[in-house]
Amino acid sequence: MTHLSTSDNGADRGERVEHRWAMVMVAILVVLVVMATFAALYHGAMPQSRVETVDPRTLHLGGEFIESNLGSALEPDGAVTVRFIGQQYSFTPSCIVVPTDTPVTFRATSADVVHGFLIDGTNINLMLVPGYVSSLGARFETPGERLMPCHEFCSVGHEGMWGRIKVIDKAAFAGLAAERRRLSCVE
Amino acid sequence: MWNSKRLVLAHLWFAFAGFGAALPLGEWQMFIRSPLHTWISNPEWYYRSVTAHGTTMAYVFPTLVAMGFGYFVTEEALKRPMVGLRWAWLGFALVVIGTIAAIVPVALGLASVLYTFYPPLIGNPFYYIGVVLVVVGSWVWVALMSVNMYRWKRDNPGAPVPFPMFATVAGSYLWGWTAVGAALELLFQIIPVALGWRSTIDAGLARVFFSWTLHAIVYFWLMPTYIAYYTIVPRAIGGRLFSDTMGRISFILFLIVAMPIGIHHAFEDPQVGAGFKYLHSVFTAIVALPTLLTVFTICASVEIAGRLRGGKGVLGWLTALPWRNPVMLGAALSFVMLGFGGAGGLINMSYQLNATVHNTQWITGHFHLIFGGAIVIMYFVIAYDIWPHLTGRALESFGLMRAQLWTWFVGMIVLTFPWHWVGILGMPRRMAFYDYTDPAIATQAAWVTMSVVGGAILVLSGVLFFIVLVRGQTAPRTEPATYRFSVAVRPPRALPAALNGFGLWLGLMVALTIVNYGFPIAHSLATPGTAVPAIKVGERW
Repeated sequence: MTHLSTSDNGADRGERVEHRWAMVMVAILVVLVVMATFAALYHGAMPQSRVETVDPRTLHLGGEFIESNLGSALEPDGAVTVRFIGQQYSFTPSCIVVPTDTPVTFRATSADVVHGFLIDGTNINLMLVPGYVSSLGARFETPGERLMPCHEFCSVGHEGMWGRIKVIDKAAFAGLAAERRRLSCVE
Repeated sequence: MWNSKRLVLAHLWFAFAGFGAALPLGEWQMFIRSPLHTWISNPEWYYRSVTAHGTTMAYVFPTLVAMGFGYFVTEEALKRPMVGLRWAWLGFALVVIGTIAAIVPVALGLASVLYTFYPPLIGNPFYYIGVVLVVVGSWVWVALMSVNMYRWKRDNPGAPVPFPMFATVAGSYLWGWTAVGAALELLFQIIPVALGWRSTIDAGLARVFFSWTLHAIVYFWLMPTYIAYYTIVPRAIGGRLFSDTMGRISFILFLIVAMPIGIHHAFEDPQVGAGFKYLHSVFTAIVALPTLLTVFTICASVEIAGRLRGGKGVLGWLTALPWRNPVMLGAALSFVMLGFGGAGGLINMSYQLNATVHNTQWITGHFHLIFGGAIVIMYFVIAYDIWPHLTGRALESFGLMRAQLWTWFVGMIVLTFPWHWVGILGMPRRMAFYDYTDPAIATQAAWVTMSVVGGAILVLSGVLFFIVLVRGQTAPRTEPATYRFSVAVRPPRALPAALNGFGLWLGLMVALTIVNYGFPIAHSLATPGTAVPAIKVGERW
């Protein structure tokens, strides 16, 4: 409630209300920050912690983003690492296959300009900046197929840069991984 | 008004002309990417249009409104002729020349890189040089605001700087420092490559520099709107400004914390580590505070008006308000959009939630609601309020003004609410084409169509705005009364130096920039091998 009166009495009361409002607002913001901090520390919901670099000119010559190493790899500890690159105007591989109920690490970079990717209906979302490696941990609960568009303008073919991701049953994935070193669903 | 009428009018006319040209482009883009249109034969046209729309709406339109309104405030608040009128015209000329230099290569399809630049994509050098000229022109304004305030203080020792001028100078300093990030990116990274002197560029570092500008630029756009909330709205509806001091504190807070928070635009980027992302997330929470304080002060000021007009009881003052007054209506609609947009902003601020919406259509919805909605509707209100004092002709189409403000509000809601929703569903922004026959995105088609309708309503509102101004131009001449700004309930008699100047706060602003940006920038500069080959656009076309 504000006061009409410009007498000191009314104005003082107005000031008290104002200070109370300021305190409540500060408290709300503190709560929001504490929630974000809790999610970050307790649930590990953090962006990648380390800055890694890679030379986009030599991706095809060696290192982890060489073509034969792209796709999904089953690690000895049972986790899965998915390596892929973005380039004008597609992802390689353009169809990614991952298992359910398994820790999955996406590692990706760009061969040319800035790209991005997100997986529809999830909170998996990364920028691909040439010169740097993007990395993100995820876990898929339900099998199915989802779209994976590039979400950053990468020049005139941007609208055509859509990949797909197939989440398949953990056992089926293990069966495929026994036959091939790197998996994808590119037909 | 002493001698800057023509200057202010020139700024505002050029600003609104740019707005009028860029507005239909936005609606065309909505139509092209909607299910109402099948396939664009050359998608480059779409990105060309996005570049023109963004460059005009983000760099030219708000900058000229801020400059023109700033010159107006300088004379009307300090009540004396402005110092440096010739410099001001020079600044205006730089902005105009820069705009033309930037838009010509965009129109020719030589710089379809979007207004956010996105190196290593590199367009025609004149595009970037044009943007730099716009910024340099605005820096002339920053210097003039400062000079005028300090000359006035010298001539009026100990007197409180009038609040409208204090707030305007805060906004100008905010912009002066904010623009430095993009200027560094353009001058030291992009332009040497665009001119062919270098062939590689550090795209990650460029994104860090751009984030320096990218967030606080929104607060620069916001400044004329907030100044209008504090200094025009209470006066126009017959109220008082609730607190002069809280107003000053809010603008000082904007100056300090609006800038060192920009890395929240890079939460999903690989070139900045988690620690600085967290730091910027926390500082983003702090910048909500001056807005929340403003909400209180303005609501309280409006309540004073309602009670002075005989409103009683807990809510009775609301109905007693002069709702037919375009300033009252515009401010209320602006507040509603600020509320929704601000709530969206609090979601973007946390990187856990941001991951769901980053770079989706949600983001486009968010900044159109805040900038196109809450901010620009007050640019209209400012124009309606000061136009008679600039032209000496009354604006009397009040019904048309209300229709214009309502259509702008409704259009913006119908445009941006569906955008927020399809963003949550995962629609990426800025694509020339979506395949709505794909079952995975078919459900988004109806929402996108709704946005096309919202955009059409906005274009209609834009037309109404120009009709109001043109009708005013043909009205008979009158002698407008002396222009007045809001008076505070308790006007300050004497103020501590900290609330009457900026020395301390500028120091704090620079120090916070160094703390929040120093390491990410130094780390990028010190890391070898981060420069990547530039990729020219426009050459294949």
